[in-house]
Amino acid sequence: MNAPMNAAPVTAKKLKVATTSLAGCFGCHMSFLDIDERILKLLELVEFDRSPITDIKHCGPCDLGLIEGGLCNAENVHVLREFRKNCKILVAVGACAINGGLPAQRNHLDLRDILEEVYQTEYLLGRAGIPNDPELPLPLNKVHPIHEVVKVDYFLPGCPPPADAFWKLLTDLLAGRTPTLGHGLMHYD
Amino acid sequence: MSDTQIIDTVLARNRHDGTRLVQILREIQEQLSWLSPATLTHIADRIGWPRAQVSGTAAFYSFFHTRQRGKYCVLWSDNITDRMLGNADLMDAMCKKLWLEPGRVSEDGLVSVNTTSCTGLCDQGPAVLVNYRAIPRMTQARLGEMVGLIREQKPVSEWPAEWFAVEDNIRRKDILLGHELKNGQALNAALERGPQAMLAEVKAGRLRGRGGAGFSTGLKWEACRKAAGHGPNPAHYVVCNADEGEPGTFKDRVLLTSYADLVFEGMSIAGSVVGAKKGLLYLRGEYRYLLEPLESVLAARRSAGLLGTNILGKGFDFDIEIHLGAGAYVCGEESALIESLEGKPGRPRIRPPFPVTRGYLEQPTTVNNVETLAASCLIAAQGGAWYAAHGTEKSAGSKLLSVSGDCERPGIYEYAYGVTVRQVLEDCGATDCQAVQVSGPSGICVSADEFNRRIAFEDLATAGAFMVFDETRDMFEVARNFAQFFAHESCGFCTPCRVGTTLVRNLMDKIARGHGSPYDINELFKLHRLMQGASHCGLGNSACNPVFDTLNKFRPAYERRLKSLDYEPAFDLDAALSQARQMTGRDDAGAHLSNEAEA
Repeated sequence: MNAPMNAAPVTAKKLKVATTSLAGCFGCHMSFLDIDERILKLLELVEFDRSPITDIKHCGPCDLGLIEGGLCNAENVHVLREFRKNCKILVAVGACAINGGLPAQRNHLDLRDILEEVYQTEYLLGRAGIPNDPELPLPLNKVHPIHEVVKVDYFLPGCPPPADAFWKLLTDLLAGRTPTLGHGLMHYD
Repeated sequence: MSDTQIIDTVLARNRHDGTRLVQILREIQEQLSWLSPATLTHIADRIGWPRAQVSGTAAFYSFFHTRQRGKYCVLWSDNITDRMLGNADLMDAMCKKLWLEPGRVSEDGLVSVNTTSCTGLCDQGPAVLVNYRAIPRMTQARLGEMVGLIREQKPVSEWPAEWFAVEDNIRRKDILLGHELKNGQALNAALERGPQAMLAEVKAGRLRGRGGAGFSTGLKWEACRKAAGHGPNPAHYVVCNADEGEPGTFKDRVLLTSYADLVFEGMSIAGSVVGAKKGLLYLRGEYRYLLEPLESVLAARRSAGLLGTNILGKGFDFDIEIHLGAGAYVCGEESALIESLEGKPGRPRIRPPFPVTRGYLEQPTTVNNVETLAASCLIAAQGGAWYAAHGTEKSAGSKLLSVSGDCERPGIYEYAYGVTVRQVLEDCGATDCQAVQVSGPSGICVSADEFNRRIAFEDLATAGAFMVFDETRDMFEVARNFAQFFAHESCGFCTPCRVGTTLVRNLMDKIARGHGSPYDINELFKLHRLMQGASHCGLGNSACNPVFDTLNKFRPAYERRLKSLDYEPAFDLDAALSQARQMTGRDDAGAHLSNEAEA
């Protein structure tokens, strides 16, 4: 309240970043780490909240959330919603988050048939029945890309997106520019 | 005759010419009912094309079957006007009677029932195509009879003839439909004048293309005339674009039914001006039933000395050939149409070069709309000054409007350019009208406060469609029908259109299911901008027009469907766990998902 006009210049606030992998393979996270020594520069600018890097279990208020992987079960939905609630900017990272990707290959099969085949018919696994422990998240009928459930602000395509694309996205966001990947960094394989 | 013999006969008739592939495939399919892999291989061998190129063409057109189809293939025209006349209930009833799912061939291989894009019978819908024969005015009673005939396996050619009667429904005539020209009169006048003077008359008549874009016909003919032919066999061509695919348009159908001589005469005049010896009429596959009547008009003209060599003793040689399309809206774009004429998938070319310099078979080609060519006869006979005296300053002459939807007298109305929307509505007996879709889905949606606007290139440019919607209609559903149309008709060549049209359709479906939010409306606007700027051809450029127009003019029709002001999932999340719940027998809290994001 009534802060003096000539207050000491505020040091640039570190950007808070959270990351997670839903129905993904962590390949996007691995690609992210491929920014190599630039990660030291990055750590001067950002602070990680919930992320496989920090092992923090729940996400607090953040500036940026990076989501790898699509939605294949109820837990994915809860995590995604936690991110959306806490992150000012949410980015869908990689093919699975954007299109469902490899896990969505099950979408042309009926989930009931899959469960039956794996847990009842299959010779080796088929003895124990379909797992129904409340601890386990139920799979969704179909695998969905994340933008079908929450609003997504930016999309970082690629399987995985190249390290330079992560770097471009983050540096653009830090500088307050609308991120643009441009030729060479924008690809879908 | 064995299958091979049938194929070989067709191939011989088409001179084993690969550029005639679309015709070859159609003729073979008409006899063998589908195009088997062996058939395609055989054709490829004989015409000397790679097998992949032949199957590429066969797979592109929706009227070609590369999988075995039912003995009876029933396609319901699914334009919004057919829907307003209750086609969905009829199709549903038909599927129930035949124990069928839409789009599936029945177990016994007898019949399949599905939808198709507008078949150009909007003034007498709901319409169906049965084995590609058009049947208008479907009713529950006729449906019952039809199902009986299908069960008895009675050939379509033996079905009651009156079912196939397509009416012209000409409601208002002006200079074109009221013309009193004798066959050959206009052509004779054109040949008397000579090509240069005839071209000058067309320019003086300020004739503009009637396909919607309104390009000057005189300039087009002149550019084609001036362009030199290429290669060892230089030639010029006239192509008449009768691929009338724009939903809600059916004027060309009527012109080709009752004014075919005028159209062919216009093609001949164009030929004499540009220096062509050959004209091609590209007739949309939905109008297959017009092929034989048109062929006999051509035969009559040949015997009357109006086609062939030394026409009217003036040393002019010209003849016309008819090509049929096979259910691809995009072929209405002139360069896609030329690709199709050359036996390829109908994908628009990169322009320039424009068809007037490099068109059909790489030769200078003028592609004109059916109505434009017919109108050129009036100019030939009466002169450019006479023609230009009709209409407005920038839009000379008259325009045929295909009126359909909520009105007492749907059909063809011809007006001098400059007529107001209100006047047309009055004449066709439309009451309590809330909107008119002018020029089809790719055109413009006009709301009641704009009914004083005029049909003319300087105000409402149109290819002819005029679909009327009264107060009871839901304009969101109108736009959604059009979004489905474009998603189906995108040729798939460029990403903005291929992906964009599907995204637009999915968003419209999401809003229709009651899962929409303002975010989705923003997405629609974003897609509109992107597709308009980045698509390869006019299809993608204009595919969002109906959504954009209705969002601006009928926004409440969208807003009352929105679930909330926050983002909403595209589907019912809790229902998405239903199968896993069923299989695990779980019903605890963890086995459910709320549809609202938890606070």
